Amino acid sequence: MSDLAAPLPSLADRARSVAAEGTIVGVHFLRQVPVFVLGEEALLFAAAEGKKLVAIHGGGILTSAADGLRIVTGGDDGKLVATNRDGEHEVLATDDKKRWIDQVALGPDGAVAWAAGKVARVLAKGGRTGKGEQRDLEVPSTVAGLAFFPKGFRLAIAHYNGATLWFPNAAAKPDVLEWKGSHLGVTVSPDGKFLITTMQEQTLHGWRIVDAKHMRMSGYSARVRSLSWTHDGKALATSGSEQLILWPFEGKDGPMGKQPRMLAPSPSRCSAVACHPRQPVAAAGFADGSVVLVRLDDGALILAREADGDPVSALGWSAEGQVLAMGTEGGKGSVLTL
Amino acid sequence: MTAAPSTEKIPVTVLTGYLGAGKTTLLNRILSEPHGKKYAVIVNEFGEIGIDNELVVNADEEVFEMNNGCICCTVRGDLVRIIDGLMRRKGKFDAIIVETTGLADPAPVAQTFFMDENVGAKTRLDAVVTVADAKWLKDRLKDAPEAKNQIAFADVILLNKTDLVTPGELAEVEARIRAINPYAKLHRTERSNIALNEVLGRNAFDLDRILDIEPEFLTADGGHDHHHDHDHGHDHGHDHNHHGGLKHYHDEDMQSISLNTAKPLDADKFFPWVQDLVATEGKDILRSKGILSFKDDPERFVFQGVHMILDGDHQRKWKEGEERTSRIVFIGRHLPEEKIRKGFESCIA
Repeated sequence: MSDLAAPLPSLADRARSVAAEGTIVGVHFLRQVPVFVLGEEALLFAAAEGKKLVAIHGGGILTSAADGLRIVTGGDDGKLVATNRDGEHEVLATDDKKRWIDQVALGPDGAVAWAAGKVARVLAKGGRTGKGEQRDLEVPSTVAGLAFFPKGFRLAIAHYNGATLWFPNAAAKPDVLEWKGSHLGVTVSPDGKFLITTMQEQTLHGWRIVDAKHMRMSGYSARVRSLSWTHDGKALATSGSEQLILWPFEGKDGPMGKQPRMLAPSPSRCSAVACHPRQPVAAAGFADGSVVLVRLDDGALILAREADGDPVSALGWSAEGQVLAMGTEGGKGSVLTL
Repeated sequence: MTAAPSTEKIPVTVLTGYLGAGKTTLLNRILSEPHGKKYAVIVNEFGEIGIDNELVVNADEEVFEMNNGCICCTVRGDLVRIIDGLMRRKGKFDAIIVETTGLADPAPVAQTFFMDENVGAKTRLDAVVTVADAKWLKDRLKDAPEAKNQIAFADVILLNKTDLVTPGELAEVEARIRAINPYAKLHRTERSNIALNEVLGRNAFDLDRILDIEPEFLTADGGHDHHHDHDHGHDHGHDHNHHGGLKHYHDEDMQSISLNTAKPLDADKFFPWVQDLVATEGKDILRSKGILSFKDDPERFVFQGVHMILDGDHQRKWKEGEERTSRIVFIGRHLPEEKIRKGFESCIA
C-alpha cells in the first residue's frame, strides 16, 4: 500500500489550464483537440494554440457523446446537435414537443441514438437512401440511459424496472431485462456479454445477457454517476465511493461472487472516472477537485490535479491516450499531456 | 436577516391542489408579479401557463419506488432528472416551483429531496402549498383521497374562491381542514390572490425554523362543540358557532395527534421508539414534527419527517426560564392513537 501521508508524485503543474464560463459537464477529443462541453449553450474547443467557444444550443446541454469525428449533444431546447472538429454544427433532430433531449449515444457504425421522454430514437448512418433512416421505440417509462452494443446494431435502453434491448432494424419484439427499481444509466461490456445499469440507489445492477442472470454490485456511499471500461474490457471502473472501484469482468461469470478492487483511497468521494484507452491506467477525479492517475496493476498513484474544493465533473483521454482533459463543476478545465 | 448556509441551496416550492382549485392561477400570479425574481417552473402540462418563461419544464410525474424494501419510500423520478438538468443552468433562476397534477400525492415529491443525494445537495424543499376550493373541497374530502392527502401534507393552505361561498360554508370547510391539518398556515383567498411571501420562502422543512408547533386554530377555540361527523348526508353547514369557537370535526380517516410532556425524555428510549414507529406506521404517517427536551441535555432537539424518513438535529440551547416541554405531532391516516400515546409516555426518563 502506498503511504497516504507521503505526498504523491505530481504532474499537476504540467497541466495547461483552460478557463470556462460555467460548469463543465463533459469533455471529448476531436482528433487531438480537447473539447469541453459546458452546462449551457456551448462547446469550448481548447487547442494549445488558442481556445474557441462554439454556441450550439439555446439553453442547457444535458448530454453528450463523441466518436472522434463529432460530438453529439442533446439540450433542453429540444435539439440534437452534431459538431465536427472545425466547430461546424448541424441540428440532427428537433423534438416535436420541445421536450428535453437528455440521453444520447453513438454506435459503432456512425449511428446515433437519443431520447426524449419515453421514446428512444435511432438514426442509422447512410441507410439505403444515404440520408439515414430514423426508428423509434417507446418504453414504459422515461429513458434514463442509452448505450449501443459494441457489435451489431443493437441498443440498450435503461428505464424504471429494467432495461430494454432493441434491434432497431429488426421487426422482432425487443428483449426486456427486468429488475425492480429506477435504472439511471447503462453500459454494455466491450465483449457484449454483460449489461450494467446504475441505479437510483447506491448500487449497480448487472445481467449476463445470455441467460439474464442477475448481479448486484453494491457498497457505494453515493449514487454511481460515472463508469468506464478498462482498455482491455476486463474491468469496469466506477465512481461513487471514497476510492476508485473496479469490478472484474473476466471469465464467463463477470463479477458474480467476486469482490471489487479498491484503489486510490481518498478523503473525498470519486466523482468521475476515465480509463486510459491503451494501457492499464485509469484517471479518477474526486469531489475535492483532485485527479489521480492510477496504475491498475499495482495501484501506484500520480497526482494529475491538485485538490481545490471544486468537484471534478468531466474526464477524457485522447484516442491514443497521450492527453488527459479534466473539467470541474466550477468551470476550471485543464489539459495534461503525458 | 442572516444568510444560513442552507439558503444557498435553491428553494423549491411544491404547489398542489385538486383539479380546478386555482393552482395555475396562483402560478401565473407568482410568475407575473414584479418581484424581480426568476423561477424555473416544473409543470405537468404545457400551455396552461400564460406567462412566457423559458425555464418551464414539462414533467411526467413518474413515481418510483426505492429498492429498500419500504413501499412508501417513493421518489419522483422525473424530478431527479429535471433538477439535475436545471442545475446546469444555476444562476439563471432563483427558485424552483413544482406544480403537481390535481391527483398527485405530495409525498413522493417531498421524499425526493431527502432520498436523492444530488437533489438534496443542490436544492431544498421550501414548503408544500395546497390550493383548496372553498366550494368543492368538502365534497372532494369525501370522494377523493388525493384531496385529503394534499390538505394533510400542506404547510400552507390557500382556501380559495371564498367569494363563491357563504360565511357559514366557509367556516364549515375551514373546520374540516382543521380536523385534518391544524398546523398549516391557512389563508382565505379569492382568485388565488395572496402576498407572495406567504407562499414562497417559508422554510417549512428547515429544522432551524421549527419554533413552535401549536395548532393554528387554538387561538380561535372557545368551545367544546365536538361534532363527531360521519359525513352521511347531514348538513352541518349552519351559520352559527355554538360557543363562539370554531366547530370541531373529527375526520374519519385522517387525523393529527399531538402529544406533550413537561418531563424530560430519555434519548435512549425515544429514538428507538420513534424509529420503530415510523418503520411500522410510516406508511400512514404523512408528516411528523417534534421539539424535544432530553434528560441531561441543555439543547433543544428538533425533528421533522415525511412517512418513514426522519430528519432531526439539535437546534439550540434551551433558554433561561424557557419551559422545557417536549411536543410531537403526527398527521396521518388511521393512526393508532393509544399505542402512540403510550409509546411516547414510555420514553419519559
